[in-house]
Amino acid sequence: MTDKTILKQAPKIGKEQIDLLRRLSEASGVSGDEGAVRKIVLEEVRKITDQVRIDPMGSVIVTRKGRGENNLKVLAAAHMDEVGLMVTADDGDGLFQFRVVGGIDVRYLPGKPVWVGADRIPGVIGARAIHLTTADERKHAIPLNTLRIDVGTGDAGKKVKPGDRAVFAVNFLELSESLRGKAMDDRIGVTNLIQLLKHAPDNIDLVAAFTVQEEVGLRGAEAAAYAENPDIAFALDCTPCNDLPTSDGSENTRYNARAGAGAVLYTMDRGTISDPRLVKHIKHIGDTYGIKYQVRQAGSGATDAAAMHKQRAGIPSVSISVPGRNMHSTMTLVRREDWESTLNLVYAVMATLSRDVLKRD
Amino acid sequence: MNDVNNFLKEMVSAPGLSGYESPVRKIIEAHWKPLVDEMQVSKVGSLEGLKKGSGKGKRKRILLAGHMDAIGLIATRVVNGFIYFTQIGGVDPRVLPGQPVLVHGKEELQGVVIQPPDFLIAGHSAGSPVPMEHLVIDTGLSPDKVVDLVRPGDIISFAQPPFELSGDTLAGHTLDDRAAVACITICLQELQRRVHKWDVWAVATVQEETAYLGAYTSGFGLDPDLTIAIDVTHAKGPGTSESDIAALGKGLVLGWGPNIHPKWYQTFQDVADELEIPYQKDVMPGHSGTDGYALQIVMGSRPNMVISIPLRYMHTPVELVSMKDIKRVGRLMAEVIARLDEDYLETLNWEGNND
Repeated sequence: MTDKTILKQAPKIGKEQIDLLRRLSEASGVSGDEGAVRKIVLEEVRKITDQVRIDPMGSVIVTRKGRGENNLKVLAAAHMDEVGLMVTADDGDGLFQFRVVGGIDVRYLPGKPVWVGADRIPGVIGARAIHLTTADERKHAIPLNTLRIDVGTGDAGKKVKPGDRAVFAVNFLELSESLRGKAMDDRIGVTNLIQLLKHAPDNIDLVAAFTVQEEVGLRGAEAAAYAENPDIAFALDCTPCNDLPTSDGSENTRYNARAGAGAVLYTMDRGTISDPRLVKHIKHIGDTYGIKYQVRQAGSGATDAAAMHKQRAGIPSVSISVPGRNMHSTMTLVRREDWESTLNLVYAVMATLSRDVLKRD
Repeated sequence: MNDVNNFLKEMVSAPGLSGYESPVRKIIEAHWKPLVDEMQVSKVGSLEGLKKGSGKGKRKRILLAGHMDAIGLIATRVVNGFIYFTQIGGVDPRVLPGQPVLVHGKEELQGVVIQPPDFLIAGHSAGSPVPMEHLVIDTGLSPDKVVDLVRPGDIISFAQPPFELSGDTLAGHTLDDRAAVACITICLQELQRRVHKWDVWAVATVQEETAYLGAYTSGFGLDPDLTIAIDVTHAKGPGTSESDIAALGKGLVLGWGPNIHPKWYQTFQDVADELEIPYQKDVMPGHSGTDGYALQIVMGSRPNMVISIPLRYMHTPVELVSMKDIKRVGRLMAEVIARLDEDYLETLNWEGNND
């Protein structure tokens, strides 16, 4: 299939997809406690197929075979978990100590509402009133060990216990050019993977892995890739746009990715050198079909691909991400056009995969 | 009185920065309309509602002031679609990264404050707070749209929705001082079924955070005989260490200090004791930092009282108050007002002991 009809078959983004992203974004799913997200994923994938299993760590693995024999077995992973908080101690009077789970910059914590535990008990992380601070104090970030989750003066404090997870309380918002919500990393990847399953191309056997614990060491993907032993693996994720101005007006040489510049193809990050044959194929497809894409700057960060490419005798792997601003914070902004480009690219790449792609020069 | 809870949530969902109070004023106006006999907007924009007393002839007047203005931000420049800003009122930049805001440009735009990566700020040490001048707001719009819609000088308000916590407590931005407007509203509601001889001027003041402007000007324009400033005070909680601050939900707070007339104070303490309304005393050794600072001095000076609502995390978007304390303030003011005789002022002399 090399004609442009391929894009007509690609999944589209409409109200249904945005509503799904909204539900996923607002759900609580801190690494190791992905249950609420898993529930939504299971609901959705069971509408598509009964080839669904939950592995011992909690990842959801869905298989959708193509037509014919000897298809490439392609695993696509999107992680269900998000960075967040864990309650560590009860100070009494509705006040709780906590620690971060995954890479949250503690400078994002003060002055934010949170949902605590499975019952989503509302709380806030306050900060000392500016009137009570000194100029010298304000030169330093507020230390995590002085912050508390405050659930109010009533009985709610009795329902919160050490070990409970908490997430930023953020409602999803549709803006004219963008979508805004918490945990877009990687609920947008989860949404994309569900769309891909719904519109799975027939040339491959697709294994969709909705993984756990990506934010604490890419652990769910490691297990899933080992168990499934695919020919090729893709990580579908969300990557930061650090495309902000510099303070001195010099060129921003470390933007990572740019909002509005399309799907993000990884060639190298801290954990993976993407398989060059897959990179070549993806570029070719992007160029051939006129799908807007950008190549991520090589640098820090890693995706599930880092864990997957090392499994068994090695699995050719690559990542394709949706670019997002303000990641690992309260809320991330994703441009609608970038989401669309990413979904188009992922679909077109999958629909054109063949064993030829893996041939060595 | 659940309606007051909803009214307060409605108020803290509305913008109304110092100098730009119209959005919240309209909400207060609608809620006060059935509770007062007359209403007017002062030259500087304060909302003044009059509930007439039952006395004959020229009645004495009491003024209740709670400020409706909010602290917030104001755009300074737009670069590549990112909006740089500074503050209106006292904002600790350390609470800003990740905050939702509303940018009042040609259109109202939802935005979020983004903390740039440390390496984009020359000379900045990683992990330390990013100064306000380097924080930006992203509206999710492409740069050409932002240039078209936003200009330096456009105001930016906090957009964190109100959040109800356990124990009848409410979190949100601008509870300083819209909680006081809720107190005044409860007082007006109580007075609907009480006889009071004095005229009551309920005032939602403007620009307290910047200049006590509404208090100075309504204090002049309405020429009251007695004044009460209602504001918030620091409640005990994480990050506080002072011993003289109030406990959240454990009672209203009566201010004591030079901005307060000692005998006028005594009346509140006596009535609270009589009715067993729990209260705490807040010593204000100098400037009370409230509209009372202005109300006391206008028109050749007036006896002033400061009543406070305990509040945690002041000037953050998650300020926390107890609805119980708010109701206590409203009720105590109504009870005091109902007890004011025509010759009450004569008891406010400077003879005898204070306190």
